[in-house]
Amino acid sequence: MFDFTAAEIEAVRLSLRVALWAMLGSLPFGLATAMVLARGRFWGKSVLDGVVHLPLVMPPVVTGYLLLLLFGRHGPLGRLLDEWFGIVFAFRWTGAALASAVMGFPLLVRAIRLSLDAVDGRLEEAAGTLGAGRLFVFAVVTLPLIAPGIIAGMVLSFARSLGEFGATITFVSNIPGETRTIPSAIYTLTQTPGGDIGALRLTIVSIALSFIALITADLLALRLGRRLSGD
Amino acid sequence: MLEVDIEHRLADFTLDVHYRAGRGVTALFGRSGAGKTSVINAIAGLLHPRKGRIVMDGTVLLDTEHDVCVPSHRRRVGYVFQEGRLFPHLTVRQNLLFGRWFSPARERRAAILDDVVDLLDLSAVLDRRPGRLSGGEKQRVAIGRALLANPRLLLMDEPLASLDARRKDEILPYLERLRDEARIPIVYVSHSVSEVTRLATTIVLISAGRVHAVGPVQEIMGRAEHYPLTGRFEAGAVLAVRVAAHDLRWNLTQLTAQFGNLTVPRLDSPVGTALRVRIRARDVILAVAPPTGISALNVLAAKVEQLVPIEDTALEVQLRLGGGERLLARLTRRSAETLGLAAGREVFAVIKTIAIDRRNLSRRDEIADFDDEVETFDS
Repeated sequence: MFDFTAAEIEAVRLSLRVALWAMLGSLPFGLATAMVLARGRFWGKSVLDGVVHLPLVMPPVVTGYLLLLLFGRHGPLGRLLDEWFGIVFAFRWTGAALASAVMGFPLLVRAIRLSLDAVDGRLEEAAGTLGAGRLFVFAVVTLPLIAPGIIAGMVLSFARSLGEFGATITFVSNIPGETRTIPSAIYTLTQTPGGDIGALRLTIVSIALSFIALITADLLALRLGRRLSGD
Repeated sequence: MLEVDIEHRLADFTLDVHYRAGRGVTALFGRSGAGKTSVINAIAGLLHPRKGRIVMDGTVLLDTEHDVCVPSHRRRVGYVFQEGRLFPHLTVRQNLLFGRWFSPARERRAAILDDVVDLLDLSAVLDRRPGRLSGGEKQRVAIGRALLANPRLLLMDEPLASLDARRKDEILPYLERLRDEARIPIVYVSHSVSEVTRLATTIVLISAGRVHAVGPVQEIMGRAEHYPLTGRFEAGAVLAVRVAAHDLRWNLTQLTAQFGNLTVPRLDSPVGTALRVRIRARDVILAVAPPTGISALNVLAAKVEQLVPIEDTALEVQLRLGGGERLLARLTRRSAETLGLAAGREVFAVIKTIAIDRRNLSRRDEIADFDDEVETFDS
C-alpha cells in the first residue's frame, strides 16, 4: 500500500515547497496589508478590503485566469518581472506558489488583522511615552502581541496552499515535476486506469500534512498565550 | 517650571486650561470628567489641543501658533497610567528597562535600576510577568518604568484609583519618597482629597475644563469657597509641622509649629521630621474662653476671619492661628449665634488628639512656600 512511486514523492515534495514559499512570500505583504486595513484611515479602504477578499469568493479558475493574464509571459506584470528581475511565473513551480499565495492571502490577512484589532492601543501609547519611536513600538510591542495571530494566519495560508487546485491548474497547468502538486497529482491519478491506489496514498499524505500543520499551530499558540498571560 | 496653556474641544465641554507650576508635586484636582486627564495627555503629547502652548523648563513641547508639536516619544515625559499599562509579554525587569534604551547615553546613569528597585521594593518580582502581579505591585512597576526612562517630568494619572484603601496606604509612602528623593517635578491627577493633601505642593483646581484656582495646598484646601470642588465632608485645613518630642509613657507625639503645639498619637518619625497634618473642619470645636476640665489635649488660640454658611444647619468658620496658618471649624448655626462669633473675635480651637490619626499625617516636602498667594479665576 505505501510503496510511493517516484512521481508521487515528487508531488509531495513539490507541494511542500510551493506551500512553504507561498506562506513565507506572502507574509510581509499580508502583514503590511493587515496593518493598513486595521490602522489606516484613507479613502478607498473598503475597496482594498474587497480586493483582498476577492480570491475567497471568486471561482478559483477565475483567479487563475486573471493571474495568467497578468503574470503570463505576455502579461503586463509577467513581462516586467521577467525583464527586470528574471522572475518567470508562467508554467513554473514559482507560478504555483504565486497562485497558492494569492488564494491564501485573504485568510492570512484576516487572521493578522483580527489580532491587530485586539491589541490594546494604549500599550503602544505607553511605549511612546517611554521614548520608543513608531518602528520600535511596532517591533517590540505590537509584533510580539500579534504573534499568535500571525502564526494562525501562516498555518491557514500553508494549509490553503496544500489544497490549491483550480487557480494553479488554470495558471500554470499540470506539469509533472514542475507544477503537479498533490491535488493535481490526485486528479491525474483518478483519470488514469489503475491510479486509484496512488490517489488514496496521496489523500492520506494530504490529510496527515494538514493535521500536522494544525497541531503545530495550536502548540505554538498555546506557548505564546501562556507567555502573555504571565506564566 | 511648567507652563500650560491649552484650548481644546472635548465631547461635552471645552477644555480651557492655563496655569504655571514649579517644582514638587502639582496636583490637578477635580471631579471625574473635569478634564484633568486631557490636560496631562496634552502634556505627554497623546492629545493634540486645537490651540495651545506647553513649555517645560524652557523647552517648547507644543506651540500651535508656530506649528511646534514635539512627538510624544521625544518629550522625555514619564507617564504613569491609571491602569498601569505594563507590557504583558515582557518580564518586570524588561518592563522597567524599556525606556532606558531611548534615554540619552550620558544621562543613563542618573536612574540606576537598583536604586529604583530599592525605592519601590520590587526585587522579589523582577523575573515575573505582569499577569501574575497584584494591583499594588503593577502600579509600583509602572512608576519604576516611568522613572527609569529618565524623564524630566513625571505625569501620574490617578495611579492609586484602581486600588483598595490598604494598597493605597502601601504605595503612598513610596510616592512621598519619590517626591522628596527623586527631585523630578510631578504632575499628579487625582480626585481624592486625602491623596492630594498628602502629596501635593501646589494644587490646580479644575472643573468643567477650566482652572478655578492655583495655589499651595494649605491655602486651597482650607477655604470654604472651594467646597463645591474640594468636597464638603472631607473639608479641612492642612498645617505644616515638625516632630518636637515623643512621649513614651502615654504613647503620644508632640508636633510643633509657629501656632504652638499639637499632641497626636505616637508616630514613628524621628524628632525634627517635617510633616503635614490635615485637620478636618468637623473635628474642631470652638470656645470663646480658655476651656478647662476637658479631655481634649489640643487648645489653640485663633482669630475668626470669616463665617461661611454651607448648609441649613451648619456653617464653616475660617480661622487664623498664631503663626498665620489657616484652620477651619464646622459648627451649627445655633452655636455660632450663641457664642456670638463674628469676624475678628478671639477664640480657642479645641482638637481631640484621637481625631488625628495616621491617615491625616504625611511627610512634607520642604519646597512648599507657605506665604504664596492663591490665584483664583472666575469663570
